[in-house]
Amino acid sequence: MTCSRRQFLKDTATTTLAAALPVSTMVFLTPGELKAAVEDKKTRWTFLVDTNKCVGCGMCVKACKLENEIPYDSPVTRTWVERYVITKDGEAHIDSPLGGRDGFIDDKIRDEVIDPKDITKAFFVPKLCNQCENAPCVQVCPVGATYQTEDGVVLIDRDWCIGCGYCIMACPYGVRFFHPVTKTADKCNFCYHRTSKGLEPACVQACAFDARKIGNLKDPDDPVAKTIATKRVAVLKDEYGTKPHVFYLGLDENVR
Amino acid sequence: MSPDLVVHGVEWTVKELFVYPNEFIYWSIQIVMYPYMTGLVAGAFVLSSLYHVFDQKGLKEIAQFSLVFSLALLPVAALPLLLHLQQPTRAMGPLLTPHFTSAIAAFGIVFTTYALIVISEIWFVYRKYFVEQVEALKGKTGLSNSVTRLVYQVLTMGAYDIGDKAVAIDKKAAKILAGVGIPVACFLHGYAGFIFGSVKANALWMSPLMPVIFIMSAVVSGIALCMLTYIVIMEWRAFQSRRSASEATKIHGAEKEVIFEAKRYLLGFLVAAISLELLDLIFRGYTAMKSWDILRSVMYGRDFVNIFFLQYTLGNLVPFVLLLLPKLTIKRTVVALILVLFGVFMMRWNVVIGGQAFSLSFSGYMHYHIPVIPHSMETFKEGLFGALTVAAIPFLLFSVINKFVPSLRSR
Amino acid sequence: MKNHVLRPLWLAVGLVILVMIARHFMVPDDFGVHGDSFTYNYYRLSNVDEWKEFPVKYQGRERCAKCHEENSQSISDSRHKKIQCESCHGPAAGHPREVKKLVIDSSREQCLRCHALLEYPNSRRGMMKGIDPDTHKSKFECKKCHDPHNPNLEDR
Repeated sequence: MTCSRRQFLKDTATTTLAAALPVSTMVFLTPGELKAAVEDKKTRWTFLVDTNKCVGCGMCVKACKLENEIPYDSPVTRTWVERYVITKDGEAHIDSPLGGRDGFIDDKIRDEVIDPKDITKAFFVPKLCNQCENAPCVQVCPVGATYQTEDGVVLIDRDWCIGCGYCIMACPYGVRFFHPVTKTADKCNFCYHRTSKGLEPACVQACAFDARKIGNLKDPDDPVAKTIATKRVAVLKDEYGTKPHVFYLGLDENVR
Repeated sequence: MSPDLVVHGVEWTVKELFVYPNEFIYWSIQIVMYPYMTGLVAGAFVLSSLYHVFDQKGLKEIAQFSLVFSLALLPVAALPLLLHLQQPTRAMGPLLTPHFTSAIAAFGIVFTTYALIVISEIWFVYRKYFVEQVEALKGKTGLSNSVTRLVYQVLTMGAYDIGDKAVAIDKKAAKILAGVGIPVACFLHGYAGFIFGSVKANALWMSPLMPVIFIMSAVVSGIALCMLTYIVIMEWRAFQSRRSASEATKIHGAEKEVIFEAKRYLLGFLVAAISLELLDLIFRGYTAMKSWDILRSVMYGRDFVNIFFLQYTLGNLVPFVLLLLPKLTIKRTVVALILVLFGVFMMRWNVVIGGQAFSLSFSGYMHYHIPVIPHSMETFKEGLFGALTVAAIPFLLFSVINKFVPSLRSR
Repeated sequence: MKNHVLRPLWLAVGLVILVMIARHFMVPDDFGVHGDSFTYNYYRLSNVDEWKEFPVKYQGRERCAKCHEENSQSISDSRHKKIQCESCHGPAAGHPREVKKLVIDSSREQCLRCHALLEYPNSRRGMMKGIDPDTHKSKFECKKCHDPHNPNLEDR
């Protein structure tokens, strides 16, 4: 062995530091799997919510829970409806008991009676996963258990999720939760099992007021794509740079 | 709802005003323990490196101890994460398919690298001792002797050369590893800060200062814990020897010079940590972004006692004054050190729990009620006893490790 | 190799090899980047198909109409024409083979979802025909007077 002692020590130090790196860098080095990058994608699922039409019946929430096997009586839910009651003093009274699953049949908000004469405006806002283009939940998953599909929907791999909760923390919209049965992260996926069969999501089908619609942003003839292109639509919390793909008609500044 | 359908977080979260239905305090006490324990590991290692790398001779005694103690703390830095996973059997996931855009993905790698550095350094420091033990136990009979000898044989990893030249190499290698270890220790912990600081959805966490604040307070808490444990052990030994009492075996307690030297570093890092935290606070108030209204109501209202009394006053200001006042005694140091450790714990608490004290809607609050009496695995893991278990393990580990790797002088 | 300095390194190398072996056996073959971004498209490919196979519960009114032509027609002619059959009759997955009879939700609460009066100005809810549940025949099920398939009393 002619190698100098200094060299040995240097090697020890640097290689120990780098010891675990090669394992993981291999991930970057498999461009063979980088298929379909050039090819133009045909579908980009997009949602359109018309808050002017929603009456707060909560049928969408009920349908969602039954369709997607989310324990019916647990407080977590893939979609929910919020009620906003704005009074003359400018205050916003907001609630969503059980996510609005049983509809809004009481005029009290958290046991507070609001005099109808004081109300300047009131409305309902359905919420669901925004299937963000720059999904922060996907970015922070340490194991690749959540991802964006070709058609823009963010899915969760229930067999790979380690249940760290980082994605739940990273979502600015609070759509994620731990599924009480699978003990993995869960959220709305636009009823991927239905859209892939040509069916509407359960909430869209259940809505009797056309407040919820799904469409394909890549298809110029799609009615939802047309509305988004021609009408004045808004998204939630765009300041986070997530590029959400649930668009809202009639969104009020009070909506959180 | 059947009892097995536990929604994670419902047990200890109380909501107030409007909170999104899926929001709960998902990251609870174990995630408070995680940065606290990694902080202690990093801090302990930095303290030992001050001696090994920068030749701070005054720290020699405590440095040896800190190094071994940081090894005892090491497994416990990962334990809280394991305990809080909903799928603990998949804990190896981040090593199998690391998704590096996630701050958590590198944890296993950084942690393992750091562990290897600590273990290697200890090996270089103690190899001579291991070999001597193997020699000393040679030919001795009895089961415990032969088992001990076998352990030491394994520990030498077959390197029996303890000539001057080989020992000199050991010293140099230890020094280099101590040097490399500092940035890695800081990375391990600064990166825990990054996990929080990079969550843009959380108004309280998101700050580029977070990693630096974490490192500073980590070093503070690590030094404090090492000093404290050192004092307690040495004083205990002195107390015992006074009782058994033949003059010849009498040993001294903790060396004052060692304590005072370590104290200077403690104060330096404490000042840095507080300055950064205050800068962060002032900046938030001055820029008053959208989230400031709710942040202010949490910080100056609901969490006022936690933040300004328990953390800043009791955990920072009081020990600072105690350590600076002239005629410092060991007793006063102990009180100050306990307060410092408590202060850093409160800082972790106020970040982790405080960051979930308000809704993402900025229109409601969540209160954390830590489960005290466990009635299920979940309420044990994520409750008071889970946290105490985590806190107790390093001391148990240290007592085992220290049997084979004696880090405290026994004169 | 005489020098002992590299021994801890072997430990590290051993660990790396161990992880590599674990990766080989534990990571499914289809795990990787499927798309143009490591950030958003790093996943197990077969999971997409697993989600596609998730069972559908709500069948839609067209399927109901295949057998229940008369009932389907009656509601289609009413002001309730937009309401899906399964909103009250329940999801029809497995019906009629495994599930012989669906349970109909004809509770007051079901009707009140829309028809509990909420006096909200500038809201479609405020325009709905609503009642005060406490004063309007509070003891009876709504269907006693109002046929859900033809709710308007004047139309009868």
